[in-house]
Amino acid sequence: MTYTAETLSGLERDAAEILGRYPVKRSALLPLLHLVQSVDGYVSPDGIAFCARQVELTSAEVSAVATFYTQYKRRPNGEYQVGVCTNTLCAIMGGDEIWRQVSERCGVGHDETTADGKVTLERLECNAACDYAPVMMVNWEFFDNMTPDRALRVVDDILEGRDVKPTRGPSTVASFKEVSRVLAGFEDGRADEDQGVGDPSLAGLKVAREQGWEDSK
Amino acid sequence: MTDLTPVLTATWDAPESWKLGTYENHGGYDALKKALGMESADLVQAVKDSGLRGRGGAGFPTGMKWGFLPPDDGKPRYLVVNADESEPGTCKDIPTMMSAPHILVEGVAITSFAIGCNHAFIYLRGEVVHVYRRLLQAVREAYAAGHLGKNIHGSGYDLDVTVHAGAGAYICGEETALLHSLEGRRGQPRLKPPFPAVEGLYARPTVVNNVESIASVPSIVNNGVDWFTGMGTERSKGMGIFSLSGHVNRPGQYEAPLGITLRELIDMAGGMRNGNRLKFWTPGGSSTPLFTDEHLDTPLDYESVGAAGSMLGTRALQIFDETTCVVRAVARWTEFYKHESCGKCTPCREGTFWLTQILERLEDGHGTDADIQQLLDTCDSILGRSFCALGDGATSSISSSVKLFRDEYEQHVTDGRCPFDHAASALFDYETSPTAEEAHA
Ligand SMILES: Cc1cc2nc3c(=O)[nH]c(=O)nc-3n(C[C@H](O)[C@H](O)[C@H](O)COP(=O)(O)O)c2cc1C
Ligand code: SF4
Ligand code: FES
Repeated sequence: MTYTAETLSGLERDAAEILGRYPVKRSALLPLLHLVQSVDGYVSPDGIAFCARQVELTSAEVSAVATFYTQYKRRPNGEYQVGVCTNTLCAIMGGDEIWRQVSERCGVGHDETTADGKVTLERLECNAACDYAPVMMVNWEFFDNMTPDRALRVVDDILEGRDVKPTRGPSTVASFKEVSRVLAGFEDGRADEDQGVGDPSLAGLKVAREQGWEDSK
Repeated sequence: MTDLTPVLTATWDAPESWKLGTYENHGGYDALKKALGMESADLVQAVKDSGLRGRGGAGFPTGMKWGFLPPDDGKPRYLVVNADESEPGTCKDIPTMMSAPHILVEGVAITSFAIGCNHAFIYLRGEVVHVYRRLLQAVREAYAAGHLGKNIHGSGYDLDVTVHAGAGAYICGEETALLHSLEGRRGQPRLKPPFPAVEGLYARPTVVNNVESIASVPSIVNNGVDWFTGMGTERSKGMGIFSLSGHVNRPGQYEAPLGITLRELIDMAGGMRNGNRLKFWTPGGSSTPLFTDEHLDTPLDYESVGAAGSMLGTRALQIFDETTCVVRAVARWTEFYKHESCGKCTPCREGTFWLTQILERLEDGHGTDADIQQLLDTCDSILGRSFCALGDGATSSISSSVKLFRDEYEQHVTDGRCPFDHAASALFDYETSPTAEEAHA
């Protein structure tokens, strides 16, 4: 185990809080793996050993779980996870072309990281935002209605060290490690940040308001 | 013309719609207070009488599911909300939780009280971090306001709610895989029976319901059974969110009584892009057999969609116009199923692998006529022989598209290439995109 005493005590404090949310220890495993990624940027061997001790499993058992889920990374991840949805709907609406150009600009393919460690690219499955197609996700924040130009601008900003702003979500995209900490269930005080609800989410409501329709209460 | 009926979506355009104060200003948590004054058995009965059916895809009657729980033995029983929303095309639960997380939290509190649960879980897919922030905050706000926690509003009833983030796996939307995952295991389905109602989370009686099902409960308590049954059709009651995506002018969420038609919805969505012809669509996500423009007037309720050969599923209406290659669409969905197959059973694991091989060949123009038959035969060896419904769902778009568009598959074979211009179905012009310009220079 190579964690410093300080890192380890932080991890243990957080792990205790996570374990406290569940009646059965093992249920804490998924959030613990997110927690490990918030410190190491991937599911490291140390992280696996740490999780195993917390939930009283072997490291092999923890690995078997971690490898099942695509959000747990086996290699150090880029600071930004950039995903382009290439499931059918997005692909057809332009996602395939966006993917081609983004991949070319970054010089890496699916599940690969740029040499500077900034970007890990991923071909995403449907991210439940099809009404905003074509969709891109950066560290699991929504970049809706993408075009190749818009997508490349986002990627260039990241590669050149500038903050990027999602179309729905917080004011800026947090780092992969910071977001992993949220996914472990720790609030980061950004829930009220908002870029406005997008038009597609309000499409039906707008029609109903224009027509003066109400549910028949 | 069917009127839209915004209930779950009604507050989404309010400023800070996700905050407790906003929700309470719109009557939020009144239903919880009312419910706490009722007998839990009466609540279960009201939901039975409302005819509410599960909004997660299968359409099982919600009240009946609650009624399947064995009598209270004094030990824990659980409510687990399925917020994994990952079926391609499905995009209603995520905006619900982003814009109105409290409607779900209130539904969780009422449902938990009705079924005698003191610890409920919301299992959210992990790839939507801002939604997770909003849910965590909503639960924290609800505790602080006394809507959750100990002795809720002086009723003597206690409830804890844990919001849990998954880690990327479509199969975790299948309810038994979800429970497995929530127990800290690989998300692989379990054998049913025993059903979750008898042996669910931690082998205890458990109700698993979709976000939209649970979010519909406060409105039923508030407005009454007659109000709910006043919407919808004979056996498909109430309102539901219809998610339009693809080649329509205004894609988005349209909350309407069950039984509305796609023709009406497309009209409200400003028509088809460029006035193009509708070619094919999914009524309930990528696991439901394709429809065409012949089904524009099919009432979108469970019975009518079923009678027409598909499934209402999650009302994920993915709409494709005449520019779209159906082989390309189906090949991509099939890759998804191959990728997401959990590997537990052979028909699905091996079958989806072979299906993608064949479909890729066909799409690229290297396929043969025998490949088309091979597709159907492979589907036959998956459908009804897989351990869970993922395998069955993988065959839907293939079998239905071969039936509806066999000539298009054959054309890929005879032409030796895809007859479609992929750029024509995109929302932007491939030609003006930078790389294309460079390539032309
Ligand atoms: C492969 C697969 C994925 C599923 N994904 C989801 C999902 O993301 N959300 C959901 O609510 N139900 C999903 N379901 C359906 C659930 O198994 C279950 O029927 C549902 O959560 C029950 O809730 P309901 O009765 O309220 O609809 C899925 C089923 C299968 C077979
Ligand atoms: S049908 Fe597919 S997803 Fe379901 S258990 Fe079998 S292999 Fe797993
Ligand atoms: S297909 Fe891309 S978000 Fe659904």
